[in-house]
Amino acid sequence: MSKIELRDLTKSYDGKVNILEKINLEVEEGEFYVLVGPSGCGKSTLLRVIAGLEKITDGTLKIDGKTANHMLPKDRSLSMVFQNYALYPHMTVKDNILFGLDVKKVPKEEQKRRLAEAAEMLGLTPYLKRKPRELSGGQRQRVALARSVCSQAPLCLMDEPLSNLDAKLRGQMRTEIRRLQKKLGLTVIYVTHDQVEAMTMGDRIMVLQGGKIQQTGTPLELYNEPANTFVAGFIGSPQMNLARARMTDMGLILNDSLLMPVSEEERGRLPQGGRWQIGVRAEQIELAAAGDPLAIPVRVVNTEMMGNETQVLFEVGKELFTARWTGQYLIEAGQDLAIRLSADSFHFFDEASGMLTRAALQIKGHAALTA
Amino acid sequence: MARKNKKEAEEKQKKPLPLWIIYLLPSMLIFTLFVIYPFVKTIVTSFFATSNTGALTQMVGLSNYISLFTSETYLHSLGTTFLYTILTVPLTVVISLLLAVLSSSNLPGMGVFRTIFSSTMGISVAAGSVFWNLLFHPTAGLLNRVVQWFGGEPIGWLTDTNFAVYSIAAVSIWMNIGFSYLVLMGGLKNIDDSHYESVEIVGGGFFYRLRKVTIPLISPSLFFVVTISLINAFQSFGLIDMLTGGGPNNSTNLMVYKLYNDAFVNFRFGSASAQGIVLFILIFLISRLQTKLTERLVTYQ
Ligand SMILES: Nc1ncnc2c1ncn2[C@@H]1O[C@H](COP(=O)(O)OP(=O)(O)OP(=O)(O)O)[C@@H](O)[C@H]1O
Ligand SMILES: [Mg+2]
Repeated sequence: MSKIELRDLTKSYDGKVNILEKINLEVEEGEFYVLVGPSGCGKSTLLRVIAGLEKITDGTLKIDGKTANHMLPKDRSLSMVFQNYALYPHMTVKDNILFGLDVKKVPKEEQKRRLAEAAEMLGLTPYLKRKPRELSGGQRQRVALARSVCSQAPLCLMDEPLSNLDAKLRGQMRTEIRRLQKKLGLTVIYVTHDQVEAMTMGDRIMVLQGGKIQQTGTPLELYNEPANTFVAGFIGSPQMNLARARMTDMGLILNDSLLMPVSEEERGRLPQGGRWQIGVRAEQIELAAAGDPLAIPVRVVNTEMMGNETQVLFEVGKELFTARWTGQYLIEAGQDLAIRLSADSFHFFDEASGMLTRAALQIKGHAALTA
Repeated sequence: MARKNKKEAEEKQKKPLPLWIIYLLPSMLIFTLFVIYPFVKTIVTSFFATSNTGALTQMVGLSNYISLFTSETYLHSLGTTFLYTILTVPLTVVISLLLAVLSSSNLPGMGVFRTIFSSTMGISVAAGSVFWNLLFHPTAGLLNRVVQWFGGEPIGWLTDTNFAVYSIAAVSIWMNIGFSYLVLMGGLKNIDDSHYESVEIVGGGFFYRLRKVTIPLISPSLFFVVTISLINAFQSFGLIDMLTGGGPNNSTNLMVYKLYNDAFVNFRFGSASAQGIVLFILIFLISRLQTKLTERLVTYQ
């Protein structure tokens, strides 16, 4: 039931520096919307502005079509999950979950029903009489979620709710939150600095940096067509390999040091201009077959064996490139290797502005799926 | 050979013994000299009649205690002390809690209020007494001028038996607010903003927030302040000595002040010691009760 709309929203704490600048954003009903970006980029601020915990400096915020700039938090029908869970140490789990329902004059019977339902859903039934300090991190996290569920607010704001959990639990909770959201039809705005969380959970993602929107879109849009070098480097793991490139008669030269031969057809498909920044995903770098005329010799700096895949690091100028190959390759550091790069799998960005000029023409795995 | 080793080991274990005694000696000496000895001496004295110089003259058993609890002045003093405690402790705590809550927001200019509210912390009893003596002055004092301006009769703040204890209590509250305020302020600073923001999101008002979040979360500081205030109230001396001298007509003759008078003005050391012991037992019981209640009610984060 909650649709959020931001128009040219600007936020400044001190009246001088804009922490958020002209943010435009629409979150549809029932959508799982992820705000992602590096530390200090203004994600929490944006969330708190939507919650009404911070004043809006400029622009408008609409909730369900109504301007809500000056609406009190309690009138916005939302719930919030804080990074530290905001559980009250002096209350039992039960009271923590039901917190605030008495203000809203929810009848006792109804509270009981909601409690039972939420506790059941999140597996908290055996712990209702405990105090928060007698719970594990994951259980506390669930209590915070249960509070949100019980409030039955159609909009739920979450600020890095998983950042205090260990990797395994985080993985579990990701699925659990997503399942809960779908089941209850909640609109969720979810803040994280972890791009894996963003990619795996979001219906749509907004990448924020320095208070400005870098790109919005579905996870695959961001992955396949990053709007600029920042998004390219931020989304995806391992990080996309980025380099300066210029065209010469012999081929592309990366970072003024690695010569990459380019076939005639590929040359024809290159974008305008002779200088770019290019980006190439680790899985697009291939091992060259013996006798390949387009092979490029490189020296391996390091390898990371993951069991199911191998990541190989090599130098291109002063930068390190990562290649990722499925399977187990026993490659030593210092070994010479022949790789193959295709200009068709490169993202081309404007050299000065870093904006995307041409996305990769072929993406591994993508073709297979769409074909 | 083996036995010899064992013997040596035993000797080694014994050897450090004198060493730790040396380390402990200074503090044991000080403790014995200034805590244990006076305490034991007080207990002993309370069972004796004494000369003017404090020398024990005759063992009298419990008669010092018996005469205390049959003495109207002493029972009156006890009653006044309780009244005084009930007047000062809750008000000090409630007022400083409200001041702390009100001034803990981040509005501009709050720093000024914080300084003002905590300022009595730095005022000595003597300076405070002089200041309040001026305010209480029967003719020239500000308080009576205000009363007269409203058309009332001048009040003998410190000279009227119906008013004196309340006046003293008011000054004491004023003096103690600074300390309580600072401690509670520290407690408030430790509460995470998200606890308040959750209240804001569900729409709880000022008193809901106070009752459900603030007070429970600063309960450790709150109990500390209550304990200290209670003990302070039972041991009040300076203000009374400076402002009323226990008068008028014993109406501000609190326990410690009476004890002081009996010991150092009337030279009745036996009775004074007995009073000291009664006071000790009272404060001890209160502390016990506090600890028990604290365990039950306080949530440490
Ligand atoms: N109350 C405040 N007053 C002044 N500046 C603030 C305030 N809160 C945040 N900021 C500033 O606003 C910027 C954005 O902060 P914000 O908390 O939104 O970042 P974030 O993206 O959530 O970062 P993180 O991932 O570390 O939580 C930061 O530079 C921060 O210093
Ligand atoms: Mg944040």
